[in-house]
Amino acid sequence: MRGSRRPVIVAVAVATAIAIAACSSSSSNSSSASGTSSSSSSSSVKVTLTWWNNGNTQPLLGVWQSVAAAFHATHPNVTITVVPIQSDLFTTKMPIALKSDNPPDIFQQWGGGQEVTQFSSGKLANLSSLSSNWISELGPAAAGWQVNGAQYGIPYDQHVVGFWYRTDLFAKAGITTPPTTIAQLESDDAKLKAAGFTPIALGGGSRWPDAFFWEYFAVRLCSESVLQSSIKAVNMTAPCFSQATTDLTAFMGTNPFQGGFNATQAQTGAGSSAGLLANGKAAMELQGDWETSVVPALTSNTGILNDLGWFPFPQVPGGAGNPTAVLSGGDGFSCTTGASEPACDEFLQYIDSTAVQEELVSKAGVGLPANSAAEAVLTNPALQAAAKAHAGAAYDAEYFDIAFPTVAGQALDTALANFFAGKGSNSTIINSVSSSSGH
Amino acid sequence: MARTQVAPAAVAETAAGARAPRSRRRLRKAVELTALIGPAVVLFGGFVIVPMIFAAWYSLYNWSGFGPLSDFIGGQNYTGVLTGPVFREALEHNVIIAALSVLLQLPVSIGLALLLNRRVRGRTFLRLAVFAPFVLSEATTAVMWYELLQPGGPVDAVLKGIGLGGLVHYWLASTSLVLYTVFVVATWKYIGFGIVLLLAGLQGIPPELREAAAIDGATPWQATRAITLPLLAPTIRIWIFLSVIGSLQLFDLVWIMTLGGPANASTTMLTYQYVNGVQRTQFGYGATVSVVLFVISLVFALAYQRYALRRDTAGALTRAVM
Repeated sequence: MRGSRRPVIVAVAVATAIAIAACSSSSSNSSSASGTSSSSSSSSVKVTLTWWNNGNTQPLLGVWQSVAAAFHATHPNVTITVVPIQSDLFTTKMPIALKSDNPPDIFQQWGGGQEVTQFSSGKLANLSSLSSNWISELGPAAAGWQVNGAQYGIPYDQHVVGFWYRTDLFAKAGITTPPTTIAQLESDDAKLKAAGFTPIALGGGSRWPDAFFWEYFAVRLCSESVLQSSIKAVNMTAPCFSQATTDLTAFMGTNPFQGGFNATQAQTGAGSSAGLLANGKAAMELQGDWETSVVPALTSNTGILNDLGWFPFPQVPGGAGNPTAVLSGGDGFSCTTGASEPACDEFLQYIDSTAVQEELVSKAGVGLPANSAAEAVLTNPALQAAAKAHAGAAYDAEYFDIAFPTVAGQALDTALANFFAGKGSNSTIINSVSSSSGH
Repeated sequence: MARTQVAPAAVAETAAGARAPRSRRRLRKAVELTALIGPAVVLFGGFVIVPMIFAAWYSLYNWSGFGPLSDFIGGQNYTGVLTGPVFREALEHNVIIAALSVLLQLPVSIGLALLLNRRVRGRTFLRLAVFAPFVLSEATTAVMWYELLQPGGPVDAVLKGIGLGGLVHYWLASTSLVLYTVFVVATWKYIGFGIVLLLAGLQGIPPELREAAAIDGATPWQATRAITLPLLAPTIRIWIFLSVIGSLQLFDLVWIMTLGGPANASTTMLTYQYVNGVQRTQFGYGATVSVVLFVISLVFALAYQRYALRRDTAGALTRAVM
């Protein structure tokens, strides 16, 4: 689950499913307002919407609270109960909540195959007709939150994965322009090593950042149609995926990562991969655009964001994929079937309004807004570069672990992490999604 | 690694009301028993027994956590768990940790407890220092050691500083080392608990015995071997029990420091359960792992009670309850 960020590791005691159910059923069940209210929620029926989101730390925590309060101010009959929950806990809480009689009215939704898995609960509300008059503002981004062509979730931000690099370290190593091919990346790695820096920081211990490398090789090597059909069929036997393993193996052979990367976490502390980048120990990291909200907290260098640059994953020779394609994803929300409409839809529309989107970008640093009208407030040049690449991409490939159904996506992450740790082979990667052999 | 209760608490037979008529005495006894044991039984039943029954039930289904239990697959989950190479690896790791605990932690604990039982200067401080890590939560311990063990981090710096730079390794990244690193951290955290337990045991040994032995000409080592250790044996047996059960249930430390990696090199049965049951939303499969872990723990606990703890618990349970 790539939340907007993963700020802390959470020690999740293995409680029994029952214990979790006991905790999660304490949310409101007061969303039983009439379904007969007109298309504007100005009717006098009082409704309460319980809203589970992953804004459990500042600044997003405060922004969501003010958004809920502002919505209540203009819709006095709608009260929003904000329930912040750490990203990783949604994995355990949502299945239980969706099985219960009173799931939250609105909850964090990352879309893709995971949404399809949740869709099978029958508790996700179809927002297609309600949102039809405004969803076009989001452009193609909204498609990642559809199931069978219907809108069962709506994004509020978008993420794009690419290389974040230290412009100052590149200069010290004598690199003037960022690499555009894998061969150039490898030669730049050598220059950085000669200058005494780790070329690329990798948070292999967290078991998802390493997957980005293989996935990007696959995105560059597979054509758009092969990629789409493979994801849909949950089958990666197309030769381009095996070629991705071959190319990745060759790339790893150049030792671009820091020593002991298998145990390095992605975002926790100065020793994490983001911390290595933040403190100038490493020159690059392949990460999502949440990097700009993670890095400043890991260093005493207050001007760190000015030292960051961004470039897309380099081209891979002979690849059938469009070289502008990006690995991407985003955060969004779903309404459940018990939620009052149109209040729930109106709230999601409000979140995607330009004003709120600008607040999310400028105050909460969510990355790229779902509504591109708000991109004007992006001030960081690296983030602007990422936004530009995203806007100019021929197509988006969603992170595979989200695009696949949950079980396959998680199995792929595990297989790739094992591969990076020197265990397993191409066939264990390829087969991870189509069998449950990952056990 | 103490997370389990030990033996069932002894319930003393009530001596009150000996003169009352038999029927009234019986009624009173029933009321007392209900009032005293009732709440515990309700809690134990509701939060231990019932969830276990549910887990056993779920384990027979292919269940993602959504919708009704409809896909009955019998023992297929059990075959998957028991024949899966990763689960076997995880079980092996648990057994290695348990064995190392008994073989290494125990002698060190006994040695330190004997030392701290003597009148040494700063004894209170030393006891406090040894016990302090046990007070930290597992999460705090794990995050702290994760930072200390970073490549080039404080641990490496200390080793280099004392001229042992050659010993520096990737403590958490090396697949051949990581399990032992976790064991050392677990030892650091839990050794204080063992020492306090053993110190309490040592307090119960009358000093006269050693004095008498000394008068008879026994050396301190002889007195320790022939008097102290045998009298400490009940405490040692309890410690072993707690330690092994704790080792089988190792989770927090591992999860936070390594997520069971790299490449499953530090997976335990519980991290395996979390990854395969919860993260992959295969709750039926996860329940199966729980059941297997439960059976393993139960078999060990019963066998240990039967063969090792028998003399310690003999008499602890009254005939009326048994």
